Amino acid sequence: MTGAAPKRLPLLRGLARRPWFARAIVIAALFAVWEIAARWFVDPLFLSPPSEVVASLDKVFGTRGVPAALQLTLFELTVAFGLAVAIGLALGLAIGLQPLVRRSFFPIVLLLYGMPQVTILPLFILFFGIGAASKIAFGVTHGVFPVIVTVVAGVQNLKPILLTSARSMGASRWQIFRHVIFPHMVPSFFAGMRLGMSGVLLGVLLAELYVSIAGIGYFTTLFTQNFDPTKLLGLISVLAAMAILLNAVVRRAENRFARRRAE
Amino acid sequence: MADERTESPLPRKWSRAGRGASRLIQAGFLVGLVVIWYLAATRWGVNRLLLPNPVAVYDNLLDILRSGEFVGDLQTTLGELAVAFAISAAGGVTLGYVISRSRYWIAVFEPLFAAIYSIPIILFLPLFVLFFGLGPASKIALGAAISFFPIVINTIAGFGNVDPLFVRVARSMGASDYHLFRHVLLPAASPVILTGLRMGFTVALLSIIGSETLASLAGLGYHIVHLAEAMEMARMYAYIVFVIAIAVALNAVVSRLEARGKRD
Repeated sequence: MTGAAPKRLPLLRGLARRPWFARAIVIAALFAVWEIAARWFVDPLFLSPPSEVVASLDKVFGTRGVPAALQLTLFELTVAFGLAVAIGLALGLAIGLQPLVRRSFFPIVLLLYGMPQVTILPLFILFFGIGAASKIAFGVTHGVFPVIVTVVAGVQNLKPILLTSARSMGASRWQIFRHVIFPHMVPSFFAGMRLGMSGVLLGVLLAELYVSIAGIGYFTTLFTQNFDPTKLLGLISVLAAMAILLNAVVRRAENRFARRRAE
Repeated sequence: MADERTESPLPRKWSRAGRGASRLIQAGFLVGLVVIWYLAATRWGVNRLLLPNPVAVYDNLLDILRSGEFVGDLQTTLGELAVAFAISAAGGVTLGYVISRSRYWIAVFEPLFAAIYSIPIILFLPLFVLFFGLGPASKIALGAAISFFPIVINTIAGFGNVDPLFVRVARSMGASDYHLFRHVLLPAASPVILTGLRMGFTVALLSIIGSETLASLAGLGYHIVHLAEAMEMARMYAYIVFVIAIAVALNAVVSRLEARGKRD
């Protein structure tokens, strides 16, 4: 806020000047509209008011299998993210460090990245079954491409002289990676991890919604078919909160490492 | 939000020899994949239900193209896409412009949109199906909702970052509101807005095909699932190739339009 503001500003007008306050009002207004619509205007089979959704959150968690389903989905997300980062890093380095390999395979990577992968979702179910494996695999294929692309972008403008001099001073492969390549690509690598995380979320959730026997996809289908919007909204809110949280964690890591590099 | 996907970090100038070599490697890679696919399907005894013979897939692809059975599904999907994109583009650009007129509103709304943008909205598909049914309406609503956010965020960024000096100069030379919009704001903001529209189009296409795959009665995505459930593997592979080709072609057209719009 500007220091020029008069000193004896009435409290309300002072608050109204702050964007976060207006933002909170906008959010509150949206919830109010939702509450009013659900209470008086919309068939309760389709929409339930937010107050009821919050109040019945414990019932959602009390439903047999829901905590286990959330745990399973979180497990799928974690494994898929770990694999996407590991594979993406390895492939990105393999592709990015050699100019000829990069020129040959990077266009293929970009082409694959641009394809709508959801069309091959049925194939993943055929190959990996309807359990956790297909969700993990689909999450990995969504998350791995942004990681590859950013790793390639991160290492490609590495000056060859740095590699040559490190090697001539007797650095091992690991030392070159640890002290020359890695510091160079850290900022773009963390940007890639953030994009990879959104990819993994998308892939795992798509596969969950497509077919699931124990994960959250099973319960969203169940609640939809039972016309139980209260529980459905509760479960979806929990998942949305989970997604926001995971994104925030990765973003924070990104900012932190970007800062450390800048210092 | 910058779009990392399309910026190819490849160097502009390739030596001719290097280019030839990499083309050769690419071709070899693709041929190798098809050969491995063929051998796996015919010699190494991979189950035909998992991996049909590539020749059969090719025949089916020709048959699909010749018989024209895709026309109905393609019309459904493209119709949904057109309506969804029209809604999100009109709504996103209008709302973005209105919000961008004041620093204060930008500060209020931009973080809100950015936060929602980070949620995978596909999560809400069951709700959309509950509200709008299994037909095209739920796909349109989901596609519009998902593509709205990149469009509105980029519109706010585009109009919000116009150099105030330009506005002041135009005003002092007596530009009317319309002239200011048409000759100052729009040209300055349009590159960013066009990027937003392209991103919106891509995610709308993706989410519509996705929601057709997950829950629907018609459309390209539905047809793939239908073939999968009927265990017609060769035809399903062919259909997947067809749909991917359509999607890649559409995205290429939109990227071309974006590039042209930016040049003008």
